[in-house]
Amino acid sequence: MRIVVCVKHVPDIQSERGFVDGRVDRSQGDGTLNELDENAVEAALALVEEHGGDVTVLTVGPADADDAVRRALQMGAGHAVRVTDDAIAGSDAFGTALVLAAAVRTLAADEPVDLVITGMAALDGLMSVVPSLLAAHLDLPQATLAAELTVRDGVVRVRRELDHVTEVLETRLPALVSVTDQANDPRYPSFAGIMAARKAQVTVWSLADLDLDPAAVGAAGARTQVLEAAPRPVRDDRVLITDTGDAGLRLAAFLEENGLLA
Amino acid sequence: MSALVVVDHHDGAPRASALELLTAARALGAPHAVWFGDDAASAAAVLAEFGAVAVHTVAVPSREAGLPPAVASALARLADEVGATTVLLASTFENKEVAARLALTLDAGLVVDASGVELVDGRVETTQQAFAATWTLRGAVLRERAVVTLKSNAVRAVPVDAPVEPELRDHGAATAPDDRVQVVERTARPSSGRPDVGEAQVVVVGGRGTGGDFDVVLDLADALGGAVGATRDATDEGWIEHEAMVGQTGASISPRLYVGVGVSGAVHHRGGMQASGTIVAVNNDPDAPIFEIADFGVVGDLFEVVPQAAAEIRRLKG
Repeated sequence: MRIVVCVKHVPDIQSERGFVDGRVDRSQGDGTLNELDENAVEAALALVEEHGGDVTVLTVGPADADDAVRRALQMGAGHAVRVTDDAIAGSDAFGTALVLAAAVRTLAADEPVDLVITGMAALDGLMSVVPSLLAAHLDLPQATLAAELTVRDGVVRVRRELDHVTEVLETRLPALVSVTDQANDPRYPSFAGIMAARKAQVTVWSLADLDLDPAAVGAAGARTQVLEAAPRPVRDDRVLITDTGDAGLRLAAFLEENGLLA
Repeated sequence: MSALVVVDHHDGAPRASALELLTAARALGAPHAVWFGDDAASAAAVLAEFGAVAVHTVAVPSREAGLPPAVASALARLADEVGATTVLLASTFENKEVAARLALTLDAGLVVDASGVELVDGRVETTQQAFAATWTLRGAVLRERAVVTLKSNAVRAVPVDAPVEPELRDHGAATAPDDRVQVVERTARPSSGRPDVGEAQVVVVGGRGTGGDFDVVLDLADALGGAVGATRDATDEGWIEHEAMVGQTGASISPRLYVGVGVSGAVHHRGGMQASGTIVAVNNDPDAPIFEIADFGVVGDLFEVVPQAAAEIRRLKG
């Protein structure tokens, strides 16, 4: 089974995150593999361990995005591809999905891709729309938000928990699946994995390699624009009390004074 | 100019989010409600009360998985038919999938999880929170059409002064869903009888500090008439169903009032609740990060403080 896992390099969630000129500030140097993509990598590795095959990890971004694919290689992915091009800067979800789709197609031209796996969201943008856009571009059936994923006899089976309902979906390969953080516990890289990842080559492609029009991606093709980004003002009217026996009463009084019991 | 509003509904009644969407849509054009399913007629009056000038019904098969593409193509057709420049949906995972495909089809700009949407000089502009609501963004849609998903409770639902009799239009069935995907099992989870965590005005969340004893959390939620939520820790421990999880990978909520009971406030959790109106927290650890964002924080034993608060709230409410 040949699996492509799409991953994103994002600012560390524990770091001071912000915006510069309306774009996510990526200058802090503390970027990392999007945590939710580790679940996608883990799902792919587990399937390949069960069925044979190999895992290619795919990302879009400048050179420091190699930190993200490197982590996936350490976990055990066999190949890594990074698409980079000055024209990609400022891409929205549509631009990103277009680039990812073209890269998957280019990979599939060599050898068919059976399964594309993504995380449920990127922890910077949190839009969760790239999987659907990618499935649409590649004309693949989609089974998103898998809390459980199995493949048997060419059939993908996914359990997903939506609002009010649990569903089990089935679709034949090739397909696109997004997995949630319920799907598995991502492995830590082994020493051997870390050593192997050091030697691994990341294949770098430009838009020209993918036959993509630069005007369709990046800031040029973006459908939305950030006009203004402002940090939330620091509040100084917060109240913190230590219970001396009446804190419950004071809590209730606070709610009433602020009209929150209506 | 008109705007399409996708009405999420349950047991024949529109969800609260739909009325918020209609309220927001009025600033963008004449609101056309879209109802996937049947029984729209019984809901037409309440939709009109919140501004709908028309209610469009599209039948969908109920047990089909490949639905987002079918729903998206039905909406694209409707948008063309009524000349809608904006399509509004509630921010749920399913709706985001629809919104993505719809925007692709319409060549529209897409904004998800907006907390506000308006028309400025003929262009759709939105407000969003980012990075666990530590940043506020204003954005503009650069295409002629916009698809926007709006967070629950971001806009207060307000009825119109003079509702019109809405036009009822039946559009038959949506195009066939993607039959490559089959639902082999579908289990509705029983309702708790409490409001939904995703759209409640008041949410009481229990965390690690409860040690698994959710009775105090449930009792406070009931005293406040609110929903019950939980941290990832609490759902992973099986103390409460996964559906209750509030956080970046669970429900992203912005109620008027959030109460954290034994919640430390890890960044994953804050990412799903920091946009709440008023934040109250009870925790025995004075260094818990939740206190950095709490409007009212109590350092103390939650098993003492919370029951006392619940009793007092019941007394104050009479």
